[in-house]
Amino acid sequence: MLTAATIAILVVMFLAIIRCIVGPTLYDRILAFNMFGTKTVLLISILGFLMGRPEFLDIALVYALINFISVIGVLRFSDSVEFKHQDQASTKESKQ
Amino acid sequence: MNILLEIGSGICLLLGCFLCLSGGVGILRFPDFFTRMHAVGVTDTLGAGMILIGLMLQNPTGLVLLKLLMILLLTLFINPTASHALAKAALRNNLHMVLDESTDKGGDKPSKP
Amino acid sequence: MNDNKVTLEEKSKYWPVHTLSLGITLSLFWWINSNYSNLLLLSLGAASILLVLFIAYRMDVIDHESQPVHLSIKIPGYLLWLTKEIILANISVVKHIWLGNSSISPTLVTIDASQRTDLGKVIYANSITLTPGTVTVDLVGDRMTIHALIKENIDTLKAGEMDRRVTELENKC
Repeated sequence: MLTAATIAILVVMFLAIIRCIVGPTLYDRILAFNMFGTKTVLLISILGFLMGRPEFLDIALVYALINFISVIGVLRFSDSVEFKHQDQASTKESKQ
Repeated sequence: MNILLEIGSGICLLLGCFLCLSGGVGILRFPDFFTRMHAVGVTDTLGAGMILIGLMLQNPTGLVLLKLLMILLLTLFINPTASHALAKAALRNNLHMVLDESTDKGGDKPSKP
Repeated sequence: MNDNKVTLEEKSKYWPVHTLSLGITLSLFWWINSNYSNLLLLSLGAASILLVLFIAYRMDVIDHESQPVHLSIKIPGYLLWLTKEIILANISVVKHIWLGNSSISPTLVTIDASQRTDLGKVIYANSITLTPGTVTVDLVGDRMTIHALIKENIDTLKAGEMDRRVTELENKC
């Protein structure tokens, strides 16, 4: 059962990566990246049980925090003026 | 007792995997950013919760249980904040939004950002 | 307590309880993450917790918003109800994912929140975001902008059961 769960989560991570590459706007990419990070936390926890090493849970905890901080950091960057300029240009291109 | 826990953990893991897979399909299928956010919400709340509860039932002793509980709580606290920040940033930057035209009669007008 | 601006007397009334609760939370967090019972390491942990408490006191971040102890009696019932709502909403969203794009009707509306304190508004907005199918996009004053996957979600929100429960939770303090 644990192996099946690992495979399922790997498939979900693959789907998130596809959206991360295809995603028309930057926000789709950040969203897919956030989901990828959450699934990584789950994957690390399951791998800890699969290998019989519960110390992996500490790594999962730290990864959850780092993931949150990185998403907030990218969003703070997206508030800056130069970024908005670039982003409007790119969305106009994608609409055409 | 032991076999009961095994079965319960298996069912929880299976449900969690199904919910996560549905969210993964949803993030590919839905038409725009805001609807994709709902698909991610499914995997973040009940999908992660079910998988972590399944893992808790695998080994219901001591510190491992507490750590899994802490991961679950952190996930539930962090994800609404992150998705709210994302949605707000997207609305402020005037992201293109797909709306259903026939639903205008029900609600108030949305406020302009 | 219903006032957003905490005066000096109120603050001196509240801070011992909140400092205690912050200290207990930090100790539990330290012990779960380290699990040491060595005397030296325990004393080092206690010293670090005291340092954090001192910094929090100097930074003036200990108040009834960061440590909502006055809600702790009422909150388990609300969490149980919220869990039930989350499960129901998950089933509905998963159904619409597999039914495809033609079955969804994305909506963006603005609704009113009837909570008075900032804490109540934040609990309400976070509960809405935590329930799949509805996301709080913006919160200005008493008005929140909400994006919903299906139109029925907005109707259930406007019926206002979650609003009523959060207001009850807030009034118990």
